[in-house]
Amino acid sequence: MKNKEPLIAVVVIFFSLVTYYLVEPYAHHVLHKEVISKNFAYADLPAITKTGDATRGQELLMGAGACVGCHSIEVAGIPATMTPHDAAAAYGVNPPDLSNMGVMYDEKFLADVIKNPSHAMMNEHMFDAEKGLMHPMPPFYGAGGDIDQEVADMVAYMQSISVTKEDVTPKMAYENACGRCHALEYEKWTQIGTHKNFKDKKDDLAYQIDFIKYKESITGFMGKLPPDLSMYIRSRGEHFISTFIEDPQAHLPGTSMPRVGVTADTAEKVIEYLKDAGDTKRVEREEIGQYVMIYIVIFAIFAFLWKRQVWKELH
Amino acid sequence: MAHFTKATSVKDWLDQRLAIVKVEKVMASEYWIPKNINFLWAMGMILAVTFSLLLVSGIFLLMYYQPNIDTAFYSVNYTIMREVDFGWLWRHVHGVAASVIFLIMYIHMFTGIYYGSYKKGREMIWLSGMLLFVTFSAEAFSGYMLPWGQMSYWAGMVITNLFAGGSLHADGLVEWIRGDYVPAQAFLSRFFMLHVILLPLAIMGLIGLHFAALRIPHVNNQDGEEIDFEAESKKYLAGDKAGSKVMRFGNDFMSKDMTIVGLYLVFFFYLVFYNYGFAMDPVNFDPADGLKTPAHIYPEWYFLWSYEILRPFSVDVGLIAFGFAQVIFFALPFLDRSPNAVAANRRGLFAIWFWVMLVNMIVLTAMGKLPPEGIYSTIGYVAALLFMAQWLVLPFITKFEKKV
Repeated sequence: MKNKEPLIAVVVIFFSLVTYYLVEPYAHHVLHKEVISKNFAYADLPAITKTGDATRGQELLMGAGACVGCHSIEVAGIPATMTPHDAAAAYGVNPPDLSNMGVMYDEKFLADVIKNPSHAMMNEHMFDAEKGLMHPMPPFYGAGGDIDQEVADMVAYMQSISVTKEDVTPKMAYENACGRCHALEYEKWTQIGTHKNFKDKKDDLAYQIDFIKYKESITGFMGKLPPDLSMYIRSRGEHFISTFIEDPQAHLPGTSMPRVGVTADTAEKVIEYLKDAGDTKRVEREEIGQYVMIYIVIFAIFAFLWKRQVWKELH
Repeated sequence: MAHFTKATSVKDWLDQRLAIVKVEKVMASEYWIPKNINFLWAMGMILAVTFSLLLVSGIFLLMYYQPNIDTAFYSVNYTIMREVDFGWLWRHVHGVAASVIFLIMYIHMFTGIYYGSYKKGREMIWLSGMLLFVTFSAEAFSGYMLPWGQMSYWAGMVITNLFAGGSLHADGLVEWIRGDYVPAQAFLSRFFMLHVILLPLAIMGLIGLHFAALRIPHVNNQDGEEIDFEAESKKYLAGDKAGSKVMRFGNDFMSKDMTIVGLYLVFFFYLVFYNYGFAMDPVNFDPADGLKTPAHIYPEWYFLWSYEILRPFSVDVGLIAFGFAQVIFFALPFLDRSPNAVAANRRGLFAIWFWVMLVNMIVLTAMGKLPPEGIYSTIGYVAALLFMAQWLVLPFITKFEKKV
């Protein structure tokens, strides 16, 4: 009799694959909005046309720009004036340290954020000066000269004091770009810093109180507590996170998540860090996967040889 | 009392007490299987292997899982996935096996339907198999609650709500099932209990029944041939292995079973290591939040067809249709009035019935996941009606079937 097994196998595999295609790739394509990355080009922001002078930029940042009233610049010896939870109580969120802004953020974004913060961050829907809703970071209106030159100078200064791109670690990228709003419990990160193991319970409780205060402030500022991102690499996936960082409004119109303006490199490092938190065993998985596959293929070959031997007498 | 003699070997010692020689014959070397069967007959062994994988991986997971609404998510996603050596492996094996076992069950069931393996004395095989399917469904659902993610919580909410019975408003029953007004600690504890003890015990008992149901009518074959097992096995034992229509289960058929199991495991472990996303829904990696409903709530893929039979109708009609879909497969041996227990392609109209049923269930499955809007809604509605219509016409088309 003709052997029908190949035909049966084709039928079984065909219907299994059709079902898989419909409930996985196709259904997810329909369920989720497709957002295509623009490679962190920030094409909507004006390019910097002037050549910045870092020395003048430093003067502006420390002086007329009044940046250091709120921002620390640790590498330049300017520490934070307030604890994170006090800063959050005052501004809604703890203003970032400016030491490594120059390398982690796109320069067009930095220039625009100085001149018009809510425009650069795409959260103008939250801040309307006419209704008295001011962005906590006031715009820079110029120090008397050419404002574009002044902004270029400030950006140049921030770039001059930054570490190099290669020295930015995934942890630094996450803490600077995301960590003041989003906790990362699985890496022991809270919005006010790494949660240490305090020996004295009183210290821990004091830390917890600061943390609760910070969370209250940021909840008021953002409308809800920004989520912990520990498992986001599994719940959202790399593509979503990357495109969401690039342009939050494209995914969720009206979200209070600002565009953070990071470079493509910083975004990659943020994702790397999220993998460290939520997909820790990815390298081990690939490696062990290979060994298991080899073992199973050998098992299948031996099983087949056994079958052939046993069945020789049956025909 | 039986008479015991001094044992000549360990085997003899055991044989006098446990009759191991007889047991081996009954279970393997003189358990006769027809030769004219194809690889679809290995699905039972694949299911047994997959169930074993679930059992073993489940035992390992159970050592670290915490059935508490405050710590469950953490114990799964942090402790098991990060802290425990190979915890991630056990979890992925468990998650993928739970999904793939349904694929194999569906193949197994459609094989049974195609070859008429539920007829002529094989009704109990079908019925015990259906009981297994339902128990496995409950096992899968209860297991899905345990990571206490968003889909656990909201699927738990939606499914337990079904017990309100629509217009009957049996809210008291829903609260009794949940042990609370909403899914909370009492809910998680009892689903944990169901998942790790009551349902696995029921499954193991039913597997025993399923195997036992197979003994007397024997395994069916792909030609629907009635084999005289007594005569054919004598022929085999007399040395005419090639001429006999039957073979031993062990090692004759076992060797083929293992070849198919080997191929299956290549596919299975490929999924475990490289393509596990389909079995572990991304939404369930967000911790349960009773104040935030996910944008789309859908069950795992293997429940989608029956979910889609519930969805396109008004509440009460939907529930009746859903109830119908849950039990109607049990009635298959009694709705099929034809005397033919042969492959569907030799049964005229039934062949069309079979392929339409298969394709329609895939359509229902796809529509169950897609949002119930526009064309998807219409397709789902028509497919659900077609599903029910098919069961209504089955007794008529089979009654007038010609005897082959």
